[in-house]
Amino acid sequence: LSTLVLVEHEGGLIKTSSLSAVEAAKSLGEDNSISLLLAGSGHSLKEAVSHAASSHPSVSQVLIADSDKFTYALAEPWAKLVNLVQQSGGYSHIIAASGSFGKNILPRAAALLDISPITDVTKISGSNLFLRPIYAGNALSTVRYTGSSPCMLSIRATSFPVASEPPDLKSNAASIDQVDLSTLDEDDSVGKSTYVKLSSQISERPDLGNARIVVTGGRGVKSADNFKVIDKLAEKIGAAVGATRAAVDAGFVPNDLQVGQTGKIVAPELYMAFGVSGAIQHIAGMRDSKVIVAINKDADAPIFQVADYGLVGDLFDVIPELLEKLPEKK
Amino acid sequence: MKIMVAIKRVVDYAVKIRVKPDKSGVETKNVKMSMNPFCEIALEEALRIKESGLASEVVAVSVGPTQFLETLRTGLAMGADRAIHVEAPEKIYPLTIAKILKALVDVEKPGLLLLGKQAIDNDQNQTGQMVAGLLKWPQGTFASKVVLDKEKQVATIDREVDGGIETLCLDLPAVITTDLRLNQPRYATLPNIMKAKSKPIKKFTLQDLNVEIKSDLEVVEVTEPPKRKSGVILSSVDELIDKLKNEARVI
Repeated sequence: LSTLVLVEHEGGLIKTSSLSAVEAAKSLGEDNSISLLLAGSGHSLKEAVSHAASSHPSVSQVLIADSDKFTYALAEPWAKLVNLVQQSGGYSHIIAASGSFGKNILPRAAALLDISPITDVTKISGSNLFLRPIYAGNALSTVRYTGSSPCMLSIRATSFPVASEPPDLKSNAASIDQVDLSTLDEDDSVGKSTYVKLSSQISERPDLGNARIVVTGGRGVKSADNFKVIDKLAEKIGAAVGATRAAVDAGFVPNDLQVGQTGKIVAPELYMAFGVSGAIQHIAGMRDSKVIVAINKDADAPIFQVADYGLVGDLFDVIPELLEKLPEKK
Repeated sequence: MKIMVAIKRVVDYAVKIRVKPDKSGVETKNVKMSMNPFCEIALEEALRIKESGLASEVVAVSVGPTQFLETLRTGLAMGADRAIHVEAPEKIYPLTIAKILKALVDVEKPGLLLLGKQAIDNDQNQTGQMVAGLLKWPQGTFASKVVLDKEKQVATIDREVDGGIETLCLDLPAVITTDLRLNQPRYATLPNIMKAKSKPIKKFTLQDLNVEIKSDLEVVEVTEPPKRKSGVILSSVDELIDKLKNEARVI
């Protein structure tokens, strides 16, 4: 077994979801040699590479594609890069986390290699046997890959948690090698898409995908202004803020806070849903949370069917009381 | 410019699906089927581009058994000018669909290929990226805004990504996959449903397009997800805080 992990990095650090992809690679089987592939340019790539080389004891090699073409993670050069690296490395598996980075790149790379990839794997039962949710998580499909190498997967980061204790890696730094990019331009599409900008909300709160506690507001919050009470509660207990599709569509909060089938998939230790009805597609994004709390005025709201603790009441009464009585974050 | 839109027939989004007792899949017999919601958004966007004068024709294409004709008729009733039906078995994977779409692009030569970002049955989210790779066209996935510039022959798109909204500029021809917030699809009106009956649907077979079905995946079984054990309804905030502290130990 040999696995190539496509790594996403930002600000000189590799993303936690990419470390989950390494965890997934580990579970493919014994004697799996794991290589990381990072692309980018300049100083932030250099920092990310040194982070990657000591990020996980199972990583034996870090491959770097250093070029202006990779300053932003565009699918066209990335797919060609994966193709090049596979041709020289002959990996048995290629894995990426199934965020917007992996979902954008992996299928395109797979098509160039004439491979059917497997999306959103939540469990690995063998080197070719995988579990994945279908129909927004309302059914689970076990699939076997029967094609030629490489077997290509995107994995749900929440299903492959990263050990919280950083391992002692001083003795085990991975080798670092540059990828030969001289034939990258052979793909006509490289250069036909250009990055313009990224609009994002900068927040000091924990990242929604990895937070220990998530506080979510739904349609019941009623306005962007009212959403501030959700923010306040999140701040008090050190939680990330999430929202339902209805709340995003109504313009209360930006799209990157959406939890659900088409938004982010989260699995925190504590998920608190305020004014959330519990649409199937929302449940699909949070059903793996360890403890679910639901507060809703409507006692018949479907969210109560998945909640461990439910409270029938007005969120505008409950949140101030919680703010008063809950302990500050540690 | 011509726009091609790929559409898929799926179990209607409002249907509560049932897993077959023999674990071979999800029951689709006697179940309401509809156009995949993301595909409706893709078609709607194509129609709006045409209505703004930036495209001359919208061609809807679908790959599947005869029943898929019904979904193509819906697309024609929404406003597509004509349709292409590729006769194929129902269960084929995105890579084969992508090869079929590439073959149709080679025949039709559209300036833009629009698809939904994923189908709500298999949730694979692959076909658009794959056909873009095969065509060596640039791709704009998960689009929430599309602006075409006919003179410069580019599309500027906003994409919904993990960190917010990313804006990309793509040289045409390009592949764009649509996300939920791009638009609100229209309903087909009765006169348009009547009109759609006389719009042409061209039929192709896989042999015509010289595409072989790639079968490198096998579904072993489909099962129900594990149920969460039912929780309790509490009576006060104090009780909730007590449970979270002392029973669940999460705060």
